[in-house]
Amino acid sequence: MVSFDFTYHRPSSIEEAVQLFASLQRQGKTPIYYSGGTEIITLSRLNLVFADAVIDIKHIPECQSFDISQNQLVLGTALTLTAIEETNAFPLLAKAASEIADRTARNQITLGGNICGQIFYRETVLPLLLVDSDIVIAGKSGVQQRPIHEVFQQSIQLQPGEFLVQVKMNAAYLTMPHVHMKRRKQGKVGYPLVTVSALKKGNELRTAFSGVCPFPFRSPKVEEMLNARHLPIDARIDYALQQLPEPILDDIEGSAEYRLFVLKNTLWDILTELEEAER
Amino acid sequence: MSSSSKCEIPLTVNGEKYSVIARQADTLLFVLRNHLGLTGAKPGCLNGDCGACTVLMDKTPIKSCMILAIEAIGKSVTTIEGLRDAPIQRAFVEHFAFQCGYCTPGFIMNAHALVESTPNASEPIIEKWLESNVCRCTSYFEIEQAVKSVLAEKQASKD
Repeated sequence: MVSFDFTYHRPSSIEEAVQLFASLQRQGKTPIYYSGGTEIITLSRLNLVFADAVIDIKHIPECQSFDISQNQLVLGTALTLTAIEETNAFPLLAKAASEIADRTARNQITLGGNICGQIFYRETVLPLLLVDSDIVIAGKSGVQQRPIHEVFQQSIQLQPGEFLVQVKMNAAYLTMPHVHMKRRKQGKVGYPLVTVSALKKGNELRTAFSGVCPFPFRSPKVEEMLNARHLPIDARIDYALQQLPEPILDDIEGSAEYRLFVLKNTLWDILTELEEAER
Repeated sequence: MSSSSKCEIPLTVNGEKYSVIARQADTLLFVLRNHLGLTGAKPGCLNGDCGACTVLMDKTPIKSCMILAIEAIGKSVTTIEGLRDAPIQRAFVEHFAFQCGYCTPGFIMNAHALVESTPNASEPIIEKWLESNVCRCTSYFEIEQAVKSVLAEKQASKD
């Protein structure tokens, strides 16, 4: 039950959505873009989100796009995680999506909603960081395509009135060797202790993390250490873990020490798997 | 949409057309139970975790506590009341797949969608789907057996 009232709006075009947002703001309202809505409804119940107008972007055709060509994959941000998993156009993203929440919830949770979520795991971002994807953003200055590394810094960086329309990535990345490992304290559904996505581009290993710090990240310093192939694997991992952007999380899901233990072993498994595949 | 907090919401539930005056912020679960008197979908965690409120929307299972009723306009909603002696209902009885029964409507709706959409579901697929629902009486083994029995019946009728 949402404890406050809002008006619901269902635009059918990007322009309509952007104009609606501006017009609602001019009326003194607090509008919010809405896609799968799962997090907004959940957090509203706890009074952690407030809006008096929601703008449902699911019915905007560009937000539902799914287009794969020789050079590029385009995914609309209103595609559900189930759709991302079942179409399997980008297997690493499909794997990451398939591990979020549970099967029924994934019928509602959308790609854009996961990227923009307040709950900090946002695990679909990991593959998108690894393939240097571009994000298409709509706002009052029109529709722009920007690199994810510019738009996503710990969390999505949007101006008021902007929303995510699509994610684009170079098709060459889609079939590169990859691993996605989500480690939970127990069970197969729920938040991770740590999640690591890895992709191998030639000899270069790329890694992105969730659950390690209170934001998903990809770090050039961590990758530099993991790619120091003249060192043994355990030394590469130890040096990489000294380069984390923030102290490791210590919360109810797991202590910092336990997370570190799990992370070390996960990185060992990933490096072993991807490097053994070379032989 | 109207700018007042309440509006008329036309819904199609179990093949019947309804029109309710509800808050635009009301969840589908709330409207099903409090406006239409369809109390089969259960409020459990109200947080999208337990699956007791699962209903079908255009044959896809969704958690009705995490979707607005107004989003269901133009969709076909099926609740446990809309199933009429579906094979999965019989299988739950035959396999004693419930104890207190509170989670049962949600499990049945999810399992019904699974057997109808994926008649050749493998063990990992069955497990993945059933992970969406929680049974505090821990009838998981019997529930899985019930699902498998319906899938086996479907397979046998095809052969």
